[in-house]
Amino acid sequence: MNGKELIARRVARELRDGFYVNLGIGLPTTVATYVPDGIEVILQSENGLLGIGPPPSAEQEDPDLINAGKQPVTILHGSSFFGSDQAFAMIRGGHMDVSILGAMQVSSQGDLANWTIPGKMVKGMGGAMDLVASGARVIVAMEHNAKDGAFKIVEECSLPLTGVRVVNDIVTELGWFHISREGIVLEEIAEGVTREEVEKRTGCHLLFAQQLRPMLPF
Amino acid sequence: MTVMLGGFGLCGIPENLIAALIRKGVKGLHTISNNMGVDGFGMGLMLEAGMIASHIGSYVGENRLLERLVIAGELDLTLIPQGTLAERIRAGGAGIPAFYVPAGVGTVVAEGKETREFDGKTYLMERALRADVSLIKAWKADRHGNLVFRKTARNFNPAMATAAELTIVEVEEFVELGELDPDDIVTPGIYVDRVVVGAEFQKPIESRFIQERAQP
Repeated sequence: MNGKELIARRVARELRDGFYVNLGIGLPTTVATYVPDGIEVILQSENGLLGIGPPPSAEQEDPDLINAGKQPVTILHGSSFFGSDQAFAMIRGGHMDVSILGAMQVSSQGDLANWTIPGKMVKGMGGAMDLVASGARVIVAMEHNAKDGAFKIVEECSLPLTGVRVVNDIVTELGWFHISREGIVLEEIAEGVTREEVEKRTGCHLLFAQQLRPMLPF
Repeated sequence: MTVMLGGFGLCGIPENLIAALIRKGVKGLHTISNNMGVDGFGMGLMLEAGMIASHIGSYVGENRLLERLVIAGELDLTLIPQGTLAERIRAGGAGIPAFYVPAGVGTVVAEGKETREFDGKTYLMERALRADVSLIKAWKADRHGNLVFRKTARNFNPAMATAAELTIVEVEEFVELGELDPDDIVTPGIYVDRVVVGAEFQKPIESRFIQERAQP
């Protein structure tokens, strides 16, 4: 199992029956693959769909039916379509249970940066600012370090923010981190990873839960 | 001239109206749309034709030309949160000049905006958006301009239909009055000024899943 799959499988374990969940583009989208059996989670796509089904076969692909990552999807019994204003009314109105997003940086206070690199990358925030401001639980699912090894969990974000004090939990291939008032707490550690390694690869002071648990994908 | 264009990515975009605009060769447009198409399709073609002076959107990451133009300072781009964009358009069509949202508090989006506390939480005041023309895409229309949409091709189209001086709709099918069930109509005809039946639709698919197989 690679790191990304471990992350997606661990996040999936947080989902409960009946949850309405928004999955961000990229790694968070793959969480849908690992929703445990017997649990019905209703996935929302902010382009106007509640009840995202699995990816279509080549014959099933419909260009009028995509997710927020612009990938073709399918619908399920009980799915519904609506406009963008309605999609964000349900987000802003606090009707979603969990929002799972990727990040470029997360601070020890739970600040999130994931939409732009000044002078380098012009992408845009899409729905991320609305999602993290909605009051739903925010879980960041990301690789622990940037491709060049740079810290992504930091004392203060250097990149422009998506939201201030909005992240509740972070999951990486190294472990599960909870943002508490005192700072970031490592609550679960992945198999074969040491505390020292997590500290070395994290750009801020790290607290350890009194009962540090192994991070199990299922 | 300010123009709103419906669609999310390449889904539900008025592709024939975009082609017509390019043939007409209008320049200096101030566009409002969630995205900027891709290099080589949708609004990307308008950008390549040098028609766009400024753009308001929420996500433009699929257009490399736009990224180059913005970094070079050659295009005035305003990025705003997607839900705020949708609500600003909705408000524009509904006669609501301004409203408060939590998205963007403490970020660059908040710069220069009035903030206000309600029940202990801080909100930004956002202004309504309107346009001279909205170019939108629907599935079917009748002679009154009643519209129905297909699946996720709805997205920003119904809101934009309400927020312009002139709303032009591109449809796949024009039907007789009475064929659309009044219970199914998403956009009532009062918002629609012109209906055009698109000649053909390419509807390219922008992205596909790379299947990451679950390990047992």
